Amino acid sequence: MTRSQKRDLKLGLFFTSPYTLGFLGFTILPLIASFCFSFTDYDIFNAPKWAGLDNFVKLGQDRLFWTSLWNTAFYTVFAVPLGMTVAFLLALLLNRRMAMRPVFRTIFFLPSIVPLVAASVLWVWVFNSQYGYLNWALQPLCNLVNLIPGVHTAPPNWLQSPNWSKPALVIMSVWGVGGTMVLYLAALQDVPQTLYEVADLDGASSWQKVRHVTLPMVSPILFFTLVMGLIGALQVFTQAYIMTKGGQPGVSTLFYCLYLFQNAFEYFRLGYASAMAWVLFAIIGTITAIVFKATGRFIYYEGGTGE
Amino acid sequence: MKRGTVLTHVVTFALSLVFLFPFAWLLMSAVKPNELLKQWPPVWVFTPTLEHLRELFKADSPFQFWQFMFNTLYVCAFSVCGNLLASSMVAYGFARVKWPGRDLFFYAMLGTMMVPSQIMMIPIFLVFRKLGWIDTFLPLTIPSLFGNAFFIFMLRQFFMTVPRDLLDAARVDGHGEVAIWWRVVMPLSVPALAVVGLFSFLGAWNDFVNPLIYLLDETRYTLSLGLAMFQGQYEAQYGRLMAASALMTCPIVVLFFFAQRQFIEGIKMTGIKG
Repeated sequence: MTRSQKRDLKLGLFFTSPYTLGFLGFTILPLIASFCFSFTDYDIFNAPKWAGLDNFVKLGQDRLFWTSLWNTAFYTVFAVPLGMTVAFLLALLLNRRMAMRPVFRTIFFLPSIVPLVAASVLWVWVFNSQYGYLNWALQPLCNLVNLIPGVHTAPPNWLQSPNWSKPALVIMSVWGVGGTMVLYLAALQDVPQTLYEVADLDGASSWQKVRHVTLPMVSPILFFTLVMGLIGALQVFTQAYIMTKGGQPGVSTLFYCLYLFQNAFEYFRLGYASAMAWVLFAIIGTITAIVFKATGRFIYYEGGTGE
Repeated sequence: MKRGTVLTHVVTFALSLVFLFPFAWLLMSAVKPNELLKQWPPVWVFTPTLEHLRELFKADSPFQFWQFMFNTLYVCAFSVCGNLLASSMVAYGFARVKWPGRDLFFYAMLGTMMVPSQIMMIPIFLVFRKLGWIDTFLPLTIPSLFGNAFFIFMLRQFFMTVPRDLLDAARVDGHGEVAIWWRVVMPLSVPALAVVGLFSFLGAWNDFVNPLIYLLDETRYTLSLGLAMFQGQYEAQYGRLMAASALMTCPIVVLFFFAQRQFIEGIKMTGIKG
């Protein structure tokens, strides 16, 4: 190693030293510790006791674990595709020629920057089944349906109803799709105009243009938001913690990360919670891998393959 | 064609009302007199009142706005400064210094961004507890001094675009690498630094989980924790809750109108990351 190479190595290590410490202290060591904890019985007050695979076996028999998994799957399966679809339709709409486009873009974007805690508090009031405006707006719709003889419907009780609490949280999540919409809009504006002109010459319909020009051109960003959306939805926590008092009604909004948090910081079952965290990691890893495999051939990377 | 644009406008306008309505409901409920809040159907026209806001600013209010605001701003300021300093320093080491192992370390850093934070949460909590940092701001502030993988990545991408000649010229003039990072690269990177500053501010402002885990005493609550606890205790006080919620949201909305470009840039950079 020459002197200048040695100097550069020292410099590089010096400049990256803050992150090196953080990498060890906040990532690598906690990762190892958490892995070890997941095989122990640890209640914070007494030293961890080796428990082998007990935690994982117990997880399999824990009904709340499966409930939380089911709730999270429900939320993810509806919130992610719905959010992507709404964001994409809004972006398509805003990509058209129109007056006051920046104003509309701002309006659709604003909800996504509202602090999640503030948004949760607001939506509890929106969903209030007695005085909230949502049911006020739905009432005429129900009245219309009730005109059919023998049918009687009423607006749902949302957060008080075990059947509607999860859909309520999905609806709220759609309000915050502005960030995704901005991404899609940027991608749409990057699609070369000439491609549409060529499609016009070929006599393509609007739908065909969306299907065969727009979608392939924006597919990388769709894929990216799908993966990030799935990872985010699997970690849903704050809304449920605030809006449904830790998973109510019943256990209908007991999401995975909420149950994990309760185990760790309310019941002090640190070993058990660590095991849950590793199971979550495995789930996220598996789903990401499946998405990569399943969508790979639908994604079009300009200027080369997606390798 | 003409009919298409009319339809576009109508649909866009209708949808924008749907997206705006929760805001209107928030502001309206914050100034609606208590006796009208619980009336069905909702009352849309009334004389606004400031009673809820006044309640919040009383000395015995469970939601101590100024105290929570001060705490939040302290954590925000610390984490903005910490992130700007540490992340830019590390980014310089990844972008402009060539050393063996650099790329391997860089990819290891990117890899860790995939690990869910829930895994690290418990051991980090135990360490902070050992250090006696529970119920202090330290767990919320100190980590920013070690840089953040996402900000480091963003700044590295930006630093790589600074022309090599500029750096070489500074080296010929006898400047050391630290001086080049601080006096040449940093001033040229103000746009990227603004985005990083903004997003670390937002991150600290919105953070809920960490204050929830680490802060116990009410005098140390941040706005997000304070609002959550307020909602937990005064579920039925919708006027006051909406006023508090609006107070927490307003600064962010104002910030957005001053820094629209940085907001949008930040979102796009998040997208490019993939």
